Amino acid sequence: MLAKRIIPCLDVHAGRVVKGVQFVNLRDAGDPVEQAQVYDRERADELVFLDITASHEGRDIMLNIVRRVADTVFIPFTVGGGIRTVDDMRIILRAGADKISVNTAAVENPHIINEGAERFGTQCIVVAIDAKWETSAGPFDSAQDRPEGGDGWWQTYTHGGRKPRGLDALKWAKEAEARGAGEILLTSMDTDGTQNGYNLDLTRAVSDAVSIPVIASGGAGRLEHFHAALTEGGAQAALAASLFHYRQLSVGDVKEYLREHGVLVRP
Amino acid sequence: MDTSHNPSTGSGRRTQYAAPITIIDYGMGNLRSVQKAFEHIGAGAVITADAGIVDKAPALVLPGVGAFGDAMRNLRDAGLDTAIHRTVEAGKPFLGICLGQQLMFEESEEMGQHRGLGLLRGRVRRFRNGKLKVPHIGWNQIHIQRNDPILAGVPPESFAYFVHSYYVEPRDPDVILATTDYGIDFASIVGRDRMWGIQFHPEKSQDVGLRILRNFAGIVFGTDETQWAQARG
Repeated sequence: MLAKRIIPCLDVHAGRVVKGVQFVNLRDAGDPVEQAQVYDRERADELVFLDITASHEGRDIMLNIVRRVADTVFIPFTVGGGIRTVDDMRIILRAGADKISVNTAAVENPHIINEGAERFGTQCIVVAIDAKWETSAGPFDSAQDRPEGGDGWWQTYTHGGRKPRGLDALKWAKEAEARGAGEILLTSMDTDGTQNGYNLDLTRAVSDAVSIPVIASGGAGRLEHFHAALTEGGAQAALAASLFHYRQLSVGDVKEYLREHGVLVRP
Repeated sequence: MDTSHNPSTGSGRRTQYAAPITIIDYGMGNLRSVQKAFEHIGAGAVITADAGIVDKAPALVLPGVGAFGDAMRNLRDAGLDTAIHRTVEAGKPFLGICLGQQLMFEESEEMGQHRGLGLLRGRVRRFRNGKLKVPHIGWNQIHIQRNDPILAGVPPESFAYFVHSYYVEPRDPDVILATTDYGIDFASIVGRDRMWGIQFHPEKSQDVGLRILRNFAGIVFGTDETQWAQARG
């Protein structure tokens, strides 16, 4: 049977691991390659590197990191952040990444999903969606289009959570799937950085809306949060950054808890 | 990690490794990881897109992620399809990984019908189970069906890393070495004579995957795995 995945995320700025709290106030540092090796030894199932450097120099540093990770870590990893073109995708995949994640570029030019999927296969293309609950009227033609059972909707944000797009996250997830996304990396901006738990409503809603795997992100703080995301939330994988980065919990702790609570994980 | 491939640094046995395992580059990603995994276990591996080098290789690895149709077109355009056939017919070890495994079969239904290399009989089909997520992504168990040198030392029910939407359906059930359950029991490892195909990514399956690659390297370099490991010191 397919195991549920636990995925540490490394936010990388100028070649160092950092972790933001609710998308601002970046703090601390670390070597991303060493950190990846630690997670590998702890039997993380996969890694995500998010390059939050926006410069060309940053891109070269990131490529070097991708190569060094691919040289020493034999689990899959995804690289995201600042990918604009199919050529950007190609360069990162050739450096040794298994998947690339697109967020802003996909919203601004959704065709990049089609092109990437045709060129590299759908399984390489992760569409990252940052969503935030809104109580405004929203971009809906009729009340039926709005998410069920609530008085609001999930707005899609780009540019690292700075720019609202007037785009319903559920609709966008379905479109991304139709265009060839292989996975959705779903971050709740409402719960991100709070350590109060994943956004189960959002995770369940997106997971039900698409037939591709959903990675839950944003809000992990305790062992039971992972369990909830992977059961109630319907996610195939749960991602956390600061929780693992600051050693509040280890990947092993999370897996042991999940195993004890009836969730299949890789030993 | 032993990345050296210099005969002068090794014992007399090291000269066996002068001709490295050859990884075929046909523009379909993820080659570096495969090369580094072989280097990690102490086996030299080179990446080439040159059919002439493929012809001289002691063993071939056809990795790859991406679309079946593009992959076959790239192989044909570079003359690599015929070079692969010559190598396999010469009895040299061949390992197809992920898309590389699928390309070993006769045809695929991925985005239209495409002809494959036809090294093994059968076709490539898409997962069709409304209840399960496609692609099949993540760590799943391999159920060993047959003893085979490629699986030496691999514990039963080991987890390996899969990323795919299509799977192979061999016409000859005897080639199925291991299956994996994802709605259906599909052939996650196939093999016949000196060729093997693996649907998951051994280079991304940590200790289990590295063990399989080490087994392949042992087959390539003509001794059993334990002797080979000892020879490496």
